[in-house]
Amino acid sequence: MDALNDLLLPPAKSTLAHQTDTLFWFVHLSGLVLTIGLIGVLIYFVIKYRRESEDEVTPLITHNNKLEVTWSVIPLIMVLIVFGWGYQVFMEQRVAPDDAYEVNVTGQKWIWQFTYENGARTNGELHVPAGRPVKLIMNSSDVIHSFYVPDYRIKQDVLPGRYTEVWFNAPEPGESIVFCTEYCGTSHSDMTAKVIVHEEGEFENWLADNAGGGGMPEDLAPAEWGEQLAQEWACSTCHSADGSDMTGPTWQGLFGHEVQLSDGSTVTADENYIRESILEPGAKVVDGYPNVMNTYQGQLNDEQINAIIEYIKTLK
Amino acid sequence: MSTEETNLKKIQVQRYEPESDPDQHYLNEETGIWAWLTTVDHKKIGLMYLASVTFFFFVGGIMALLVRTELWTPAKTFIEANTYNQIFTLHGAIMVFLFLVPSVPAALGNFFLPLQLGAKDVAFPRLNLLSYYLYVAGALIAIVSIVNGGIDTGWTFYTPYSSTTGGAVTTMVFGVFVIGFSSILTGVNFITTIHKMRAPGLSWDKLSLFSWSLYATSIIQILATPVLAITLALVGLERLLGIGIFDPALGGDPVLFQHFFWFYSHPAVYIMIVPGFGIVSEVITTFSKKHIFGYWAIALSSLAIAFIGFLVWGHHMFVSGQASLASMVFSFLTFLVGIPTGIKMFNWTATLYKGSIKLASPLLYIFGFFFLFLVGGLTGIVLGSIALNVHLHDTYYVVAHFHFVMVGGMVMAFLAGVHYWWPKMTGRLYNETLAKIACGIIFVGFNVTFLPQFVMGSLGMPRRYFNYIEQFQVYHQISTIGSYILGIGFVMIFYYLVKSIYTGEKASPNPWGSRALEWQVNSLPPLHNFHHTPVIINGPYDYHKPMDEFQLGLAESGNGHGTEVDVSSTEEKPQAE
Amino acid sequence: MANHSTSSHSRYLQHHFVDAEQQFDAAKMGMWVFLVTEILFFGGLFAAYIVYRLWYPELFVMASEELNTLWGGVNTVVLIGSSLTVAMAIKSAQLNQKRNIAINLGITLALAAIFMVIKYFEWTHKFHLGIFPGEFYAYEGIDHPKANVFFSLYYLMTGLHGLHVIIGIGLMIWLLVRSVKGHFDSEYYTPVEITGLYWHLVDIIWIFLFPLFYLID
Repeated sequence: MDALNDLLLPPAKSTLAHQTDTLFWFVHLSGLVLTIGLIGVLIYFVIKYRRESEDEVTPLITHNNKLEVTWSVIPLIMVLIVFGWGYQVFMEQRVAPDDAYEVNVTGQKWIWQFTYENGARTNGELHVPAGRPVKLIMNSSDVIHSFYVPDYRIKQDVLPGRYTEVWFNAPEPGESIVFCTEYCGTSHSDMTAKVIVHEEGEFENWLADNAGGGGMPEDLAPAEWGEQLAQEWACSTCHSADGSDMTGPTWQGLFGHEVQLSDGSTVTADENYIRESILEPGAKVVDGYPNVMNTYQGQLNDEQINAIIEYIKTLK
Repeated sequence: MSTEETNLKKIQVQRYEPESDPDQHYLNEETGIWAWLTTVDHKKIGLMYLASVTFFFFVGGIMALLVRTELWTPAKTFIEANTYNQIFTLHGAIMVFLFLVPSVPAALGNFFLPLQLGAKDVAFPRLNLLSYYLYVAGALIAIVSIVNGGIDTGWTFYTPYSSTTGGAVTTMVFGVFVIGFSSILTGVNFITTIHKMRAPGLSWDKLSLFSWSLYATSIIQILATPVLAITLALVGLERLLGIGIFDPALGGDPVLFQHFFWFYSHPAVYIMIVPGFGIVSEVITTFSKKHIFGYWAIALSSLAIAFIGFLVWGHHMFVSGQASLASMVFSFLTFLVGIPTGIKMFNWTATLYKGSIKLASPLLYIFGFFFLFLVGGLTGIVLGSIALNVHLHDTYYVVAHFHFVMVGGMVMAFLAGVHYWWPKMTGRLYNETLAKIACGIIFVGFNVTFLPQFVMGSLGMPRRYFNYIEQFQVYHQISTIGSYILGIGFVMIFYYLVKSIYTGEKASPNPWGSRALEWQVNSLPPLHNFHHTPVIINGPYDYHKPMDEFQLGLAESGNGHGTEVDVSSTEEKPQAE
Repeated sequence: MANHSTSSHSRYLQHHFVDAEQQFDAAKMGMWVFLVTEILFFGGLFAAYIVYRLWYPELFVMASEELNTLWGGVNTVVLIGSSLTVAMAIKSAQLNQKRNIAINLGITLALAAIFMVIKYFEWTHKFHLGIFPGEFYAYEGIDHPKANVFFSLYYLMTGLHGLHVIIGIGLMIWLLVRSVKGHFDSEYYTPVEITGLYWHLVDIIWIFLFPLFYLID
């Protein structure tokens, strides 16, 4: 059974995943039995009643009420079982325990952002303690996204202008992938993240280290930190560092050069221009590119923006 | 003619033996391109639809192959992400709105519904032509929007993405709006035709199951399509005027759009599949020479599907944030709608019992339908269960599920119908050996394409992904190979069917020995189907009665309609011109 | 097609119908089915109305003040009157009073035109105040952040209804021309009958729209 499980389902890494899996196998195996049975009968009839001459006369059999009732009621009972079972598992997964650890999640094209109780913030990585229920309070800042962790068998749409919730309890330390499953545009398929499950004590340490969020690590130069931030905040999903053309203009050779804007004017790409483009992306749109970038106002602090500018300066 | 107080009329009827290859038929009574373009003949309009949907099927198919080819590698293979997003959107929109919805009702239904009813045409022939031109106009608008900026929203047009993204979404939704009206008018036409145009003697219990299925389909078309039309109009106005009904930034609610959209689009799934059920009933009885088992169970289950189908739309939205209670109700009703579908499968199987089964190509397609639709239906049960849906929603499991239903069910039934009725439509027989081989290729290709998608879906591969993680590559590659095999199968069908028009053997009026009414007229049928009013004596599945009783009963015109008929003469005589 | 019984009337009988009765029945049923579609078409907007009214009940009370109940009421009377005259046109046809068909259709047409004129003044008045639909909304008189949504719904629903009135006016003109030419009599008046059905639906939808927008307290 375990081998079968691995063939069709991702590893079950939450406390409730096995409930979904048991139901999954019940429905599939009963479906398989039905399929084999019905197709078997069909093949038997085709062989047994194969036409031997064109003059064959068939008996008149119009209906049989007993049969009709039988093959209506038995499937009805079967599907009602599947319905009740599915609903019960769903409700159990739906209501988070009261003592759940809460993390705020923001979805935005095309990055997942996580905010913790003490102000720590991460992008693309959700850090959680092992063996403790975690409740995610989710919101989108643009279009609809959907937060999906196959290993936990959970999924919930993330809506603009409204909060939705999902919870899980991962007993073992480890990593699981997060997908966005509501189509959200160009880089929809790159809008992934990782859940990193820490041992309880280790998680507290991590949280304390990242309190307040967003300070420059001591061992990095500003430009190196900027490169790291560009990865983390998914700038590099749209802006290449090697001159290749993506959703947005490349950063290679950007700094200090003239930029042609969509309103026909030009501007020199200095610190002020780059800063404005990060905080107010729609103010000066580069000619030939769509105006699709979100503002990072209130998300990146000045120190971080300066680091990214330092990084862009290095891309000659 | 006696006119007693009762509803019973005595009519003198004459038997009529149909001829093959008649001098005058619907294709040569009016000729020239202008006569085609302005024809109100339901058969020609049906053929024009058939040509159009075939064209769009191949366009949509090429899109599918491009998508599958791009997915050969986990990162970019040969096209950009934006292009990929536009292509899968077009694949979905073209297949749904330009192929699946009109395929059986508008193409085959138009051609055969009046013939099966003993009518000379549909109730409103000019309206029928208008429907066709609305379809063409909608298709042209859609093509303009593809050229003029493209659409990358997915065929579901979810807001607020669709109301904020670039491209030609506004023109595209207008095109779909126009196509919607084509579909509505066809529905109005068919319902009226079935109620008012039946020949004398054709009571509701002698109505063919294909006609019953079209009746159920038409009910869905007239009730659901207007809601889609208004919803898409709102999306268009959202973009033009910012009316804010669906945009949270303006006080609107994006989930309301999903409710509106699926209120149409789930019943629309039944618009696509129910007519296919009708074809299954026709083909199974013909090739097993057997009376249908459970006539009323099959006929009424179509209506049950049509009505319950309106109450299950929320099962597309289990993870959208709708209330748990709503999810529970929608899940429950979803399981209920599975029951009538199951009843049909069992009745069809029982029809084969003690039949005289001939494995001709239309029946082979139906058996293909049987297996694939069964898998599609059962995986639908899986997805109807809320807990499983949470895991599988918007993954490749869903993609595989609806392709099993739509391609494995609907397209197989459509192909069965095309093969079954081809001799009547064109007066020619196709190459039976090639037809069987093509059927096998499609069956194999289909399974190779879509079975791996179930696996990667349940492993967690989300749909509409341009890049994916390497773990899934092997499944994607198998699937891509399967799609090429599938493509070869379809091209092969196109080849031998077109070839048969030029070199095929001439078909007799009733090559399959069917008892259904459309086979009792000439191959090719006359322009007005019947020169005199046909009188219906036997049901379409009365295989226990000898064939010669099925030569068409014809009465002098003006016998009235809607009355019961007492036949008093069966003298045999060729039809008078 | 020579053997029609005497009751069949073949002047406008299309080839594919057996007799005039079948043709009339089919046309009438077709229109009824189409009207069901129309109800669902408006139904989407009514559903949106219900949802928003449940969310923002106070907005609907406030915004409704801006609508002129008097002119809305006059329009209701006008439209009900036109429904009566179209019914009288059908009655005249059944009684074979050919002149009265044209007179009644003429009155219907005039009432429909009055409705549209009043509608025009209502809309332009709002435009002067800056009450435009959606993002162009620029009126300061209503103290509610979602006021634009109310007027989006207002313009959409009365606009779609107005479009139906305009289509009705076109149909009435066509019927009037044909009735003046003497096409309709007690034997054949199918177009009058089915246009009448359509017109009644347009009337009924207004009877729902009027209280839903004008009469909220």
